[in-house]
Amino acid sequence: MNGDWTTGAETIAYQCCAACGHVQYFRRSFCSVCGAPDPVEKRASGEGTVYATSLVCRAATPETRAHIPYNIILVDAREGFRMMAHGDNDLVIGDKVTARFAQFAGRLVPYFAKSKL
Amino acid sequence: MMSFITGVGLTSYGRHEGSSSLDLMSKAAELAISDAGLKRAEIDGVLCGYSTVSPHIMLATVFAEHFGIRPSYAHAVQVGGATGLAMTMLAHHLVQAGVARHVLVVGGENRLTGQSRDASILALAQVGHPDYEVPLGPTIPAYYGLVASRYMHEYGATQEDLAEFAVLMRTHAMSHPGAQFHEPISVADVMASKPVALPLKLLDCCPVSDGGAAFVVSREPTAEAAVRVRGCAQAHTHQHVTAAPALSELGAEIAIARAKQAAGVAISDVRYAAVYDSFTITLAMLLEDLGLAARGEAASRVRAGYFGREGEMPLNTHGGLLSYGHCGVGGAMAHLVETHLQMTGRAGNRQVRDASIALLHGDGGVLSSHVSMFLERMR
Repeated sequence: MNGDWTTGAETIAYQCCAACGHVQYFRRSFCSVCGAPDPVEKRASGEGTVYATSLVCRAATPETRAHIPYNIILVDAREGFRMMAHGDNDLVIGDKVTARFAQFAGRLVPYFAKSKL
Repeated sequence: MMSFITGVGLTSYGRHEGSSSLDLMSKAAELAISDAGLKRAEIDGVLCGYSTVSPHIMLATVFAEHFGIRPSYAHAVQVGGATGLAMTMLAHHLVQAGVARHVLVVGGENRLTGQSRDASILALAQVGHPDYEVPLGPTIPAYYGLVASRYMHEYGATQEDLAEFAVLMRTHAMSHPGAQFHEPISVADVMASKPVALPLKLLDCCPVSDGGAAFVVSREPTAEAAVRVRGCAQAHTHQHVTAAPALSELGAEIAIARAKQAAGVAISDVRYAAVYDSFTITLAMLLEDLGLAARGEAASRVRAGYFGREGEMPLNTHGGLLSYGHCGVGGAMAHLVETHLQMTGRAGNRQVRDASIALLHGDGGVLSSHVSMFLERMR
């Protein structure tokens, strides 16, 4: 896989431990549960459920201030990991959501909207 | 072996124009040493926190030189908002182990006048993950805003419920001359205050302050009144909010269980509480995690007067971080200073009836690092 959104690619990636099956979002060269090396890198579906939301109305830099208000959300991905992202301002906890990507303060970030049923 | 809090020192919080972090630390240290009835040369251990305004890789030695002491043991400690109690816990163990006789614990920062508010907010947001969180533009209020939204969802709490904690802390601050804020506020004022990171609004958030706090932890009491560390413990479950466990499995519950065991104390023995309150949600959740209120019931206990000065469990009678102020490491140290004044009957117009056993709790990061501590008045 050629990177993910943290390196500018339109992808959400996660890792899966071949030894114990643990799923982790923050990239490491080992499994954070059992310590086994080289967890398998996988591409996530971008489907998930909103776990928490906070609408940011006061930002600390000119670049981020240009975007206020913006909704910071935690999403429980279908694959079993939790991630932070942006989302529509009217999302509520429990909403089924799908990711796309958006520009934010000069960076590519994951952006979730309600899934089309 | 035991350890005793033998002296405390606290500056006013708010604006200290022209004072550096070292100035504020020195002022508080002087007050604490004099309160303990000691000479500065008798201090043989120094533990200090950090300053976001004046970062240094050796702040304890910088402070010791500036203050004019040559300790046999000194270094800084960094656990975010839990630093003050983590230092106290370490001082307790150092004194018990015979490493030092009188450990000065000190924190202070000109966080308000030494840098812009944006710089403060930006520096603190870096507790987030540099690759997976910080690029999304979160702020500390946003991290806690996320937690607040989840808490409200799981326990049916409302923004008005959270507002009660801001009103309580302001009510307490109004009777402390050193507090940053003295104007009364109502739940309606909190609700009408500017949105910061919803559901948190300006008055749900602690301010940025200048100030300093210090105490001395000693092997023997130095005065008639003796307040000892009865027992303490920590828990660290995660750093980043993305990696936090479920609300029912956070570190406060783990730390308090360990501390109760270490101290041989039950929550029903506690007469005074000093609990970290960076945001209204922090206080609500910690009170419940510590067992000072049932899950989802903390706000109703505030409304019933339970945590008031005259209530069954007086809480942060100086006004807490929310209204006494928050100058970084010193912020939560003010909770211990106030606790000591209450336990030794020196809290003046804020004096509670009985503070013979106190529970203190600090939280760093986003409910990441926790220290629980019981203090007991021996005589």
